Amino acid sequence: MKVSLAKDPMNVIITGVGGQGNVMASRVLAGMLVNVGYIVTIGETFGMSQRGGSVMSHLRISSTSVLSPQIPQGRADIIIALEPVEALRVLIKYGNPAVAVLANSRMVYPMGVITGDFTYPSLDEIKSAFEKLTAHNWLIDATSVAVDLGNPVLSNIVMIGALAKTALLPIDRRSFKKEIMRNLSSDKRQISLTAFDVGTKML
Amino acid sequence: MNKLFSPAKTEILFMGNEAIARGALEAGVSVATGYPGTPSSEVIESLSEVARERNLYVEWSTNEKVALEVAAAASFAGLRSMCVMKQNGVNVASDFLLHLASSGTRGGIVLVTCEDPGALSSVNEGESRYFARMLEIPLLEPANIQEAKDLTKWAFELSEKIRNIVILRSVTRMSHASGNVICGKLPEKFRTARFISDGSFMDPMKGPVVSTPVVIKHSLQQKKMQKAAELFEKSPFNSYSGSRRPELLIITSSACFLYSREAINMLGLQRRVGILKLSCTWPLPAKLLNKYLRLTDKIMIVEEVLPFLEENIKVAAMGMLKDTGIKTFYGKMDKTLPSVGELNPDLVAAALSKVIKVKAKSLPASYVREIQKVATLIPPREQTFCPGCPHRASFWNINTALKLDGREGIVCGDIGCYAMASLWPAIGFHTVRTLHSMGSGTGLASGFAKLEDFGLNKPVMAVCGDSTFYHAVVPALINAQHNKADITFIVMDNAGTAMTGFQPHPGLNLSAMGEAVPAVDIAKICEAMGAKVAISDPFDLEETSKILTSFMAERGSLKVLIMRQICALSPEKKGKKKYQMKVNEELCLGEKCGCNRLCTRIFRCPALTWDRTKKKALIDEVICAGCGVCYSICPQKAIMKTEAEG
Repeated sequence: MKVSLAKDPMNVIITGVGGQGNVMASRVLAGMLVNVGYIVTIGETFGMSQRGGSVMSHLRISSTSVLSPQIPQGRADIIIALEPVEALRVLIKYGNPAVAVLANSRMVYPMGVITGDFTYPSLDEIKSAFEKLTAHNWLIDATSVAVDLGNPVLSNIVMIGALAKTALLPIDRRSFKKEIMRNLSSDKRQISLTAFDVGTKML
Repeated sequence: MNKLFSPAKTEILFMGNEAIARGALEAGVSVATGYPGTPSSEVIESLSEVARERNLYVEWSTNEKVALEVAAAASFAGLRSMCVMKQNGVNVASDFLLHLASSGTRGGIVLVTCEDPGALSSVNEGESRYFARMLEIPLLEPANIQEAKDLTKWAFELSEKIRNIVILRSVTRMSHASGNVICGKLPEKFRTARFISDGSFMDPMKGPVVSTPVVIKHSLQQKKMQKAAELFEKSPFNSYSGSRRPELLIITSSACFLYSREAINMLGLQRRVGILKLSCTWPLPAKLLNKYLRLTDKIMIVEEVLPFLEENIKVAAMGMLKDTGIKTFYGKMDKTLPSVGELNPDLVAAALSKVIKVKAKSLPASYVREIQKVATLIPPREQTFCPGCPHRASFWNINTALKLDGREGIVCGDIGCYAMASLWPAIGFHTVRTLHSMGSGTGLASGFAKLEDFGLNKPVMAVCGDSTFYHAVVPALINAQHNKADITFIVMDNAGTAMTGFQPHPGLNLSAMGEAVPAVDIAKICEAMGAKVAISDPFDLEETSKILTSFMAERGSLKVLIMRQICALSPEKKGKKKYQMKVNEELCLGEKCGCNRLCTRIFRCPALTWDRTKKKALIDEVICAGCGVCYSICPQKAIMKTEAEG
């Protein structure tokens, strides 16, 4: 059943590094919301842009209208980051004092950091930036639990489980199960459901 | 069930490209062809998945021109067909397109072009709307995901009404956006093919399909355009929203319609600014424009990338001055909007604020100050070759051979992930020095090799990918051989059209529909041309380097090296490590080694990182693909490889 949104539209950004399963996460989340009657617009890019670079999916969730596939600057309501520095990158462009951030703490170093040309901020610096720039924030080690489940890429599902727990969006285990029954091959369903459950327990 | 089969009236989340595919299915398309290219590839990909059930022939063609020819044959035989490509594909297909538009077509045929304003995944931001005007072809541009489906279906009907090809133009933010779509009915009957060509020369349905006699056929083509314009005047796909007397009228198309609407809402200008959304953008519906240009004296045109609508609306408005009065136009030509790159709601809002003099709500100053502080903490994240990417090893080999040769040889690049070897900071060790259209690297190399008499005496190399080889390299390579161009030509064969998602190409024995087909062998083609051909595994640094060095030393002829290694992201390889990699901390001398951190500063694999506390190299096992190449580059032999289990 469709419950009313805290705000219409809800602007959600899912960000990470190419190969972390950003697109899959945005599809699953959008599917869960369309199934219960919302109008969802997703904006994203794939192709060369994802080779090791920063990636972003914009989700606009509304009860009434189709929106631009690009969220205006300073207007994100929720940022889900599969990589912590990517949370900051999105936050400085799309953040505002009311934004909520859910971030995976596992770092993926950019090439410039590996070569020594740039420094990567410490987790403390990242946490303190979250404190200053968000209304709510959660930093969880989704990659470690995904590795324990057998595949680091499951961290995207762990994050969706955690997102459900925040209750920022009208999603739950039932809507997740319905969506993966429809769009995931049968061999991936059980492990995804487990990853979702593990995620809900991390907050 | 594949979601393209969703029953009528179902509301479902479709990507723009899936919506286009569904629209074609609802129109009863029989033949769909294309050449992969971001952001267009998912149209043909999703159709290939439902081809059998929908009695559809789907083909990844060698290039866009051939794709359009294959699709046109189906139209000549009375079937509905579609041909899909990215923006620069239209350039490739344009020679045939010119002739096709003048010969006319029979069954509905739609050319879908998915373009990339801002070049998010391209090396150009070219656009093909000008082809519609130049070649006199109707042009449609969907403005949301539902319309992407509905307009595609209507494009087939339009094509059959005027008996000519129709262009449907999408952009990245439409093709790769997703949204709710309410499905229509899928047809139950399929057409049969019949090609009648023994009728009168002038009979468009029964005569031979030719563009001659040219002047008469040209006049017929222009009548078709007039008919299209009449249909556009009444089309529900063009619509106005706003008050009866707005201060400003925005005329827009495609994704820019969504940006404009959002910008108006952001600034609270719903009563002051009206939007005329045009989804039928060539030929322009003049009566419709006449009606809406009267609403106000200020007109802003919002579009990507070039001022196509702006130019044409201005020309149309000149002819209507008596009815509409004098207008002030805002757009790209007067720099109200940027003339390059893609637009977004913020850019449109900024343009609106300039014209209407309103201010957008801004963030609190203290928040902005915090943002500025945090911004200094964020390291840039450039694109790189993936962990385990064969191209990193290939360019390592090329770079090593060039350095050993010592004559500062020139490497010409081409289109694929390996194009990143032309980027700064170094990806592929700054090896590639030219980058243009598909196949152009080989043509340029053929030209550089002929400049010796003018004083340019350097070894010349060209690189290309396997799919690119078939697409446009073959004529350039024949040119090089025939004109005795001394080049070392390298095919980086990673067994598929990797950048766009592993679509099959003529080198593989699998078709778009999953059928077994004969593979066309690159080595044999090159041998038949008379070139000296070798094949190597780029992960075998020693052997590959040896071949390259000997090829560069051999003067006066065409040499071909095929570096063969499957893409690390390919379904066969992904997630399967060949080797377990580990740095032996006792052997790694760190910063004292003298190699100047060859592994982490120069080789640049995202999985080969630097342990800041121990000051030694470190493998990130979560990211490492287990290709084993870094084992070969460490002068200390401190990077260990063992066969991975399972």
